[in-house]
Amino acid sequence: MDLENQARIKQLAEQYGNKSLIVVLGAADPDSSELVAETVTTGDPSYAGPLTEVQLGLPVYHILEPEVKAYIPPEVYEEQVALMELALDAEGIATATKKIRDNASAGG
Amino acid sequence: MFAGKNVVAFGERDGVQGPAIAKCLAAAGANVVFTVTECVV
Amino acid sequence: MMRAVVKGAASILAHTPDLVLLGSKPTREIPRFDGLYEECMAHLRSHEEAVAYPPNQAFIGNIRPDRLADVGKPWYEHPMEGAAREGPYGEIMPEDEFYGLMKAADVFDLIWLEEGFLSRVAAKLQSHPLLGDLEGLEGGKAISEIKGKLDRQEALPLNLRGELVGCVCRAHEEDEDLRAEVILEGLAVKASAFLALRHLLARVSPTDPRDVDYLLDFGEEAIGDRYQRGGGNMAKAVGEMAGCLNASGVDVKAFCCAPIHAVTCGAALVQAGIFQKIALVGGGSLAKLGMKFQFHIKKDMPILEDTLGAIAILVGEDDGVSPVIRTDAIGMHRIGAGSSAREVYEEVVVKPLDKLGKRIIDIDKYATEFHNPEITVSAGRPDTPLINYRALGALAVLRGEIGRGELDDFVRKHGMPGFSPTQGHIPSAIPFMGHARDMIVGGEIENAMFVGKGSLFLARMTNLSDGVSVILERNPALKGGD
Repeated sequence: MDLENQARIKQLAEQYGNKSLIVVLGAADPDSSELVAETVTTGDPSYAGPLTEVQLGLPVYHILEPEVKAYIPPEVYEEQVALMELALDAEGIATATKKIRDNASAGG
Repeated sequence: MFAGKNVVAFGERDGVQGPAIAKCLAAAGANVVFTVTECVV
Repeated sequence: MMRAVVKGAASILAHTPDLVLLGSKPTREIPRFDGLYEECMAHLRSHEEAVAYPPNQAFIGNIRPDRLADVGKPWYEHPMEGAAREGPYGEIMPEDEFYGLMKAADVFDLIWLEEGFLSRVAAKLQSHPLLGDLEGLEGGKAISEIKGKLDRQEALPLNLRGELVGCVCRAHEEDEDLRAEVILEGLAVKASAFLALRHLLARVSPTDPRDVDYLLDFGEEAIGDRYQRGGGNMAKAVGEMAGCLNASGVDVKAFCCAPIHAVTCGAALVQAGIFQKIALVGGGSLAKLGMKFQFHIKKDMPILEDTLGAIAILVGEDDGVSPVIRTDAIGMHRIGAGSSAREVYEEVVVKPLDKLGKRIIDIDKYATEFHNPEITVSAGRPDTPLINYRALGALAVLRGEIGRGELDDFVRKHGMPGFSPTQGHIPSAIPFMGHARDMIVGGEIENAMFVGKGSLFLARMTNLSDGVSVILERNPALKGGD
């Protein structure tokens, strides 16, 4: 994750509180999703940025997850997301993001 | 899940971009505090 | 009405493993970790390996990109037998010759090469079939002078397999925008773009350079000084080096979208009768060398981002053979248009097709983004070409042109594997230009749509992205096959 964005997320987490800020991702594949999800939960796995070894533990979801889709008005989702839902590996991405989210909450 | 919550729309150029995520979350009643699109290639 | 055509396209690579260490990411990361420099050196490829690397052979035209689907994976473990340095669209130049080319491109004595090294390289370039007329290859320096310059931190080293052979000097003591890094970037662009233009005019689409009357540069470099950081006109600098004495030029800037913007501008100028032969040129990005090098080292792969790519395209008046540029169906992402993926594709792809009464499936081949997936996927990043084609296919599904189950077939039929170095504007649609031109003339395909995209938001001046498309079509005067 870009260092500027790491710093910004860190600042927002401090401002709003770790449990009151939800991050929703648009990463393009399962690997990218895991990478970004990890960064905002257990810390920057590439040891490059402000979130290195900082465990924000933010609730993180992906826009392609069914549990997110369920809350979006269908016509908005259709216009904004449906194309990439069909083009990308939505299932793989959902699984990868959920895995990181569940691990993070299990780890406390 | 999102109504009244503070959310970050963290998009990716090759996936779903930030503004698209933000529109969806705003329509779900969320307060979008930060929208960004990363370019990873 | 005079139609503009694509008369030819040249695509070259300069294999520059030592310059990987001067790429943006390696420059920042190597000082942070003990042993990373040694690991980096140990994972650099030889010129022979870079030549035999299948995607590089596709880039210079020795195989069609589609053929890469049949090559065993990983590609770096399946070198092409009998791979040649030269191909129909260009060549893969080794690093020592490229340093000589940069010296020839340098007219301010900012590239210093050691005397012995320079005279050997000059001899090599003299016997290069296309470069025998190069000037500016005299004036080698003693190694002590070069070391002195480096010790005073007035220059960056130029190494060959780790051994010092020269340096790139800063052009000004105080002006940060003329520091050695910036000069090196600019000369790398100029030299690589020149090589592509030389191949284009001397071989691919034989043209007297004096008959070129305009040049458009579509690279993302910024050349200038502290008061005009992006002043530019790399186009004119490249044109001068190539002997285009009757031309002027201008730079087209739009991030990775620039190449296709340049094609549309060039076509418009020719069609309007203002110019007759326009050369579009773009050189390689030094900053992007070694971007994913840490991931490649971690996987014990060769560092694959070790080549500078450059492309030159000749746009000219209708010659009754070359594919025509459909200026009546340019796709463009308007400022006021929506920015969801669907809205962008509707603007950039569907609207121009509607103008021609065509469906998505009526375009034989789409040229979108050609980032080599072997480079990106090994770094946990997406296979960008594949995603582009799947998005186009998904749009065809949503429009009822194909069924959901036909998406994979769509990708195979209308797309191709990525094969370009990850050099920003270089992988952006145009690596397919030379192939498309020949495939259309040869009757293999009827048409191709080139779709450029740009992440304008990276400059922090707007949140917009950019997109442009242009369709190339069989010349109506061309009868039957070739």
